[in-house]
Amino acid sequence: MSDITSLTLTDLVKNIKDKKISSEETTKAFINRGEKSRELNAYITEDFTNALEKAKIFDQKPNFDLKLPGVPMAVKDLFCTNGVKTTAGSKILNNFIPPYESTVTQNIWNEGAILLGKLNCDEFAMGSSNETSFFGNVQSPIDKDLVPGGSSGGSASALAANLTPITIGTDTGGSIRQPASFTGTVGLKPTYGSCSRYGIVAFASSLDQAGPMSKNVKDCALLQEIISTYDEKDSTSIDFKRNAYSKELTNNIKGKKIGIPKEYTVDGMPKEIEDLWTKGIEYAKDCGAEIVEISLPHTNYALPAYYIVAPAEASSNLARYDGVKYGFRSKGENLIDMYEKTRSEGFGEEVQRRIMIGTYVLSSGYYDAYYIKAQKVRKLIKNDFDEAYKKVDAILTPSTPSAAFKIGEKTNDPVSMYLNDIFTVPVNLAGLPAISIPAGVDAKGYPLGLQIIGKAFDEQNILNIAYAMEEKIEFKNKITDWWIK
Amino acid sequence: MTKDSSEYLIERYNNVYEVVIGLEVHAQVTSNSKLFSSSSTTFGAEPNTQVSLVDAAFPGMLPVINEYCVKQAIKTGIGLKAQINKRSVFDRKNYFYADLPQGYQISQFKFPIVGEGTVILDMENGPKEVGIERLHLEQDAGKSIHDMDPQNTLVDLNRSGVALMEIVSKPDMRTPDEVSAYVKKLRSIMRYLGTCDGNMQEGSLRADVNISVRIKGSDALGTRCEIKNVNSIKFMQMAIDYEANRQVDLIEEGKTIDQETRLFDTKKNETRSMRSKEDAHDYRYFPDPDLLPLEVTDEFIEKLKLDIPELPDEKKKRFIDKFKVSPYEATILVSDIDTAKYFEEVVAKMGKNLDIKLAVNWITGELFAVLNNKNLEISESPISAKNLAKLINLIKNGTISGKIAKTIFELMMDGDKDPQIIVEEKGLKQESDPKALETLIDKIINDNREKAIEYKQGKEKLFGFFVGQAMKASSGKANPQLINEILKKKL
Amino acid sequence: MTIDLKTIKHISKLSRISVDDEKAKKLAGDMNSIFDFIEKLKELDTDNVEPLTSVAETTLKLRVDEVKSGNIREQVLKNSPDENEDFFVVPRVVE
Repeated sequence: MSDITSLTLTDLVKNIKDKKISSEETTKAFINRGEKSRELNAYITEDFTNALEKAKIFDQKPNFDLKLPGVPMAVKDLFCTNGVKTTAGSKILNNFIPPYESTVTQNIWNEGAILLGKLNCDEFAMGSSNETSFFGNVQSPIDKDLVPGGSSGGSASALAANLTPITIGTDTGGSIRQPASFTGTVGLKPTYGSCSRYGIVAFASSLDQAGPMSKNVKDCALLQEIISTYDEKDSTSIDFKRNAYSKELTNNIKGKKIGIPKEYTVDGMPKEIEDLWTKGIEYAKDCGAEIVEISLPHTNYALPAYYIVAPAEASSNLARYDGVKYGFRSKGENLIDMYEKTRSEGFGEEVQRRIMIGTYVLSSGYYDAYYIKAQKVRKLIKNDFDEAYKKVDAILTPSTPSAAFKIGEKTNDPVSMYLNDIFTVPVNLAGLPAISIPAGVDAKGYPLGLQIIGKAFDEQNILNIAYAMEEKIEFKNKITDWWIK
Repeated sequence: MTKDSSEYLIERYNNVYEVVIGLEVHAQVTSNSKLFSSSSTTFGAEPNTQVSLVDAAFPGMLPVINEYCVKQAIKTGIGLKAQINKRSVFDRKNYFYADLPQGYQISQFKFPIVGEGTVILDMENGPKEVGIERLHLEQDAGKSIHDMDPQNTLVDLNRSGVALMEIVSKPDMRTPDEVSAYVKKLRSIMRYLGTCDGNMQEGSLRADVNISVRIKGSDALGTRCEIKNVNSIKFMQMAIDYEANRQVDLIEEGKTIDQETRLFDTKKNETRSMRSKEDAHDYRYFPDPDLLPLEVTDEFIEKLKLDIPELPDEKKKRFIDKFKVSPYEATILVSDIDTAKYFEEVVAKMGKNLDIKLAVNWITGELFAVLNNKNLEISESPISAKNLAKLINLIKNGTISGKIAKTIFELMMDGDKDPQIIVEEKGLKQESDPKALETLIDKIINDNREKAIEYKQGKEKLFGFFVGQAMKASSGKANPQLINEILKKKL
Repeated sequence: MTIDLKTIKHISKLSRISVDDEKAKKLAGDMNSIFDFIEKLKELDTDNVEPLTSVAETTLKLRVDEVKSGNIREQVLKNSPDENEDFFVVPRVVE
């Protein structure tokens, strides 16, 4: 058997069920590799001692009927975990220990999985390179000083570096799909309302969705099947019939109509992205899909609308971090002074910037010009997709307009950083599901991803398309373990 | 300019001002759990014991709306004869305060659950209509305690998230008396509906009072000031009086009135500007993305309408029509749901001997006096409606006299005693046997021969003397009507 | 459109984030470049478009009025920066 840590989730589960390996052995293997990989800075909090303890307990009375029997895994530090520090990558939650568990993580533990620790991310998920984390940059295992993407950068890095067999992230504007694309992994952003937001530190409530990140599409389907449940504790959770995604997974996509939106070509987009897209179209055709040219005319307005809606909601969602109930507090001469110092010292630069943008667009005199305008544009973007889906079953685009960049390369230019999300953001605004799968590499050998966007609640369909294309693409991630001495 | 007694006008030199008042009443919804969380709403619990993770705004906690609170708001809307909006939206009102854990209050801004309605006030000089602008649901804040610790403010979040109905009136009131009548009427309607207990001591009902003044006869509205969070009718009236005079003085001095939020200091009996809330007015309302629009169906509303009891205005009309009570008496009887219930129970228990006048007199006279004295609500009355009805029946069928009844009434208060039993135990039954009374009167006439002669000679005043003697001789038990008849015959 | 320092100070007050002059200058620069980018929306005619606040095409679910949470003061106060076991504590507020 090859190294435990390089197994896919599906193989790992099979080996555990076949009693070829124990949960303890598995957990030890991931802990070992985690300890040797601290240079990646993927973890904010390691929970290794507890993990090993839980693995031993599992092995004493194993339940192999579960979908994740004794499988250790690490999760993004945006999910509240009962009794385990949860920071959202921020100083303001540096010492916060939730007395509750998010619904999504609870669903995972209910299937027998074991928490390895909490993974680094951009502060409050605001970032595209994991450089806004209070706990420092995350290195991509692809290359030294390369960003793993963001905001689920720690998750992507840990997954690609085999520190966890699978993981979960959150995606508000591309935070699962972009890092997946940057690290040669698979990432799914489910339909809005598919996974409960209960217990996930909120960034922008109308856009946030949790989703799986995995080494292949099958693993992704399995985890999606586990985490997607209707939840009464989340008023925006939707009660729809959920498929058994992994069981129903098929590579037969013959006759499926796949749309190619002509607007997803941007100025200055590297030729290798265009080539990747063309190759993707060929793969889809090879799988028996029918290619249809479509138009999503308001695509170019998605990013500006997003940078109104997301900060507006964030400015309000982050008002609760005021030094009173939990988290960091700075001493102040009076209440207002305490608030201002706490928030100015507790939040990082990008978070402060977005709170300020959000406050501004909601403030009196600007609300209609910005916030309402953006909500209207959001409607137009959704209408574009509704129109397109009268003709096609899914839409194929590149995941990002470029491959991963170097740490520090874009930190001084917020707008160029924001442009990273140009292909992913429209999907969040419309609340649709989309998956990014690795599809090739650029000239430097850095991974590039393709995005398949589905109709609302049609996760099964995009998983099937991704599954079929994955077989044709035969992508292999080249990780040299450069960080292990 | 003529001025009738129901007006409230302020005169300075040659100018006569009237006061324009509108109220924003905050009424706590009667419910078991909070508006968006499942913690209890019970008053008076230990600090921070009725606080859930949602109420304390922990990261990732989300609001889920309480169906009962929605129903309560709609029922109140129906009681206010108001438009019920089938689609309403919850917004976030953003501001920072120690007792506001989320950093925003969930409220309804653009699309409230209830629209325009009316309330009729029963004023001395006739009914007066006050318009309702809207009613919306919102969360209450926690409580800041400033006097327990010299350096710090302590925060108790027990109230945080409790459902409130904010009922906004049109600026239709002109006098402190109308304000009092309005608050009492709202309270009465909500107590009939069971949607708010109206307990002002516990803060279940409080109001922001908007006041402006203008030259009487003018149509323009003056600059208004809002007096925040006044929690008793008396204080509302005092605050209006102070504030209206303050505004008139400013105008007379040629100064301008700043539109501002003020505070009523109950100790100094004055209003003063609240620590200038420099930026507090930009609340950055926007639809709460954690909640979807609230949609209710016609069917849902119709079903609630079936639950609406007879309300004070209808009850008053029925009392007047059916029982022939005066409008004044009817107003008193229906003003509080428990009084109306008590009255109707007395009426029901009196059965065929029914005497409405007597029942009304006993309730609004003797009973109210006792309740007032003992500072009790009618629901806590020491004498049950059943026993009061029995007592009235004993008077009505001649078993006891009205005078003896008062004695029995006193005795009944000790453990809601049955008046029939008291009559028997104490031998207080009225003497109505004509023969026995004749013997008694014969003796009295005999003992007072001279007076009897004087009476016959025309000194009619002496008749009272003989009645008194007869009552005295019977220890008050003699049937006064019979005494009269026999005396007239014998003398 | 330009966002000036006065506006930055005003927004920082509303946001309860203290901003000194240097930080304000940097923020003004960043925000102006972001808003230049956002201004693109003005090109679009949206007069007859309904604003979209939620993509969840469902109605608000109503919860039964039951008390299910209570007496967790210790949990609620455990993360609080102050030691007080009964209350949250903030610097004294004078009304």
